[in-house]
Amino acid sequence: MTYKIAIASGKGGTGKTTVSLNLFYTLQKQLDQKIQLVDCDVEEPNINLFTKGELHSVSDVNIKIPVIDSDKCVYCGDCASACAYNAILFVKSISHIAVLEDLCHGCGACTYVCNQPDVIVEKDKKLGEVNVYSLENGNELVEGKIEIGSAIAVPVIGKTLKSTDENALRIIDAPPGTSCPVMETIKDVDYTILVTEPTPFGLNDLKLMVETMRKMKGKFGVVINRAGLGNLAIYDYLKEEKIELLMEIPFDKNLARIYSEGKIMVDEVPAIYEKYVKLFDKVKLNLDEANSYS
Amino acid sequence: MKQIVIVSGKGGTGKTSITSAFASIAQNKILVDCDVDAADLFLITQPTILESHEYEGGKIAVLDPEVCTNCGICEELCRFDAISLVDGQTTISEFSCDGCKLCEIACPVDAIKMVENMDSRWFESETRFGPMIHAKLGIGEDNSGKLVTKIRDIANKKAKEQEIETVLIDGPPGIGCPVISTLTGVDVALMVTEPTLSGMHDLNRLIELAKGFKLKSYVLINKYDLNPNISDEIEALCLKEELEVLAKVPFNRDFVDAMVNQKTVVEYAPESELSKMLTEVWNRLEKD
Repeated sequence: MTYKIAIASGKGGTGKTTVSLNLFYTLQKQLDQKIQLVDCDVEEPNINLFTKGELHSVSDVNIKIPVIDSDKCVYCGDCASACAYNAILFVKSISHIAVLEDLCHGCGACTYVCNQPDVIVEKDKKLGEVNVYSLENGNELVEGKIEIGSAIAVPVIGKTLKSTDENALRIIDAPPGTSCPVMETIKDVDYTILVTEPTPFGLNDLKLMVETMRKMKGKFGVVINRAGLGNLAIYDYLKEEKIELLMEIPFDKNLARIYSEGKIMVDEVPAIYEKYVKLFDKVKLNLDEANSYS
Repeated sequence: MKQIVIVSGKGGTGKTSITSAFASIAQNKILVDCDVDAADLFLITQPTILESHEYEGGKIAVLDPEVCTNCGICEELCRFDAISLVDGQTTISEFSCDGCKLCEIACPVDAIKMVENMDSRWFESETRFGPMIHAKLGIGEDNSGKLVTKIRDIANKKAKEQEIETVLIDGPPGIGCPVISTLTGVDVALMVTEPTLSGMHDLNRLIELAKGFKLKSYVLINKYDLNPNISDEIEALCLKEELEVLAKVPFNRDFVDAMVNQKTVVEYAPESELSKMLTEVWNRLEKD
């Protein structure tokens, strides 16, 4: 199997990382093949806190940003008008030009439009890195991480996904929210598991994610974490929208404690392991069905 | 005027529940929900929208296949891997396009136009706690940082006009683009964390980020009794970083029950220990 399965949620803190980890350890027991855990929550990657693998490769994620030679510049302003990010500060009257590096997305438009030789050269700017850790059984964690203070996450996510092994089953932990980092993470996956909780906040953010999934025409199902807290409105919503409920994890202080200590629930609680076995059966059924039609 | 923000690094630690509790306590304030990706504060404050505005979130490239000659120049230039050949036709992915307009500039036959993305909106509202500025980012849209800056500017302007003393801001999770826009220029940040390995790790990255800003930071440990040992470790981390822990709040179902009833926890259980504790925290934040 070489499926890519993403774990996402509009709301933060619903249990994405918990589900990613427990699904991974469940499959590690069940399947005799390479599995990769992929951490695309590049602002706050947490999976490594639990898996504690051995780091075996680090690669930087860079973008190319411009360096403008103000001695050779003829102050035409073409580069500043080409820049969609207001990252080039240009004041013609006083012949002033400067690159605002934090705003630059590294698209290359300024370099492309500059018609003077050698005025703009490009240098690397580090946005983050992709770390690969060895886990048990030849499995791996591929982790993306942005530099603190960097506002650009998407290229780091893109490179993290590109660094994964196409022959492995990949379990991908997505960032929270519904904006560009999430889209980048799930745009090419085979299936997305949406994790939510049965509270008004959980329901509202689930609705946003369902809208996102439908816009992207992606296959998805829902896991309800902390079942028993809050109210039942979320179950009515799933029924009305004909969305598959894949699994429920009960709210339980003991489970919360296991997570808080960095331990893995499926290793500690057999009933939870059974739930994850069934979860994957359901996901696989969806994936195999989709494959047999195509 | 003083700007106070509630942030967390990790999602789901209780930012919005705590912000709404402060909304019950604080006098003469304006509320701002900067979690424009997954805004939830409105579920508690139930705003009446007075004005709804379109927000120009940025442009994306749209290609006219009738004009396009499939020369491949744009595909080669695009650094966001947004352009590819699909069944012999050059195609731009709206999900990958960053809006840089290099393809529009370079296209020799003018087959590409930049088109405004108008899915995002921002709102000026009234609530039982006073005015509120909030927004809804279009699905999968870029530039949530810019939208955050926009609604904060509106709130600050309104605060000045109406002589409002406090701008109370509910922040987004993470440490990236929208968080940077949220922290820029604020006076006080309350970092809400939880006693889990993830909560502590994410707090640490947030503390590092906040060092780049001129603001006074405090920490609140929510659900501290779920793991008192890690809670102690967080306190040790805060001591080392010279950050004061203003409160250790025990796990309390009142937060969820209040939410289900569309109330702040202070409205739901005004006489509770929890409400008293949060009132003390607010008094400290306001004083500094």
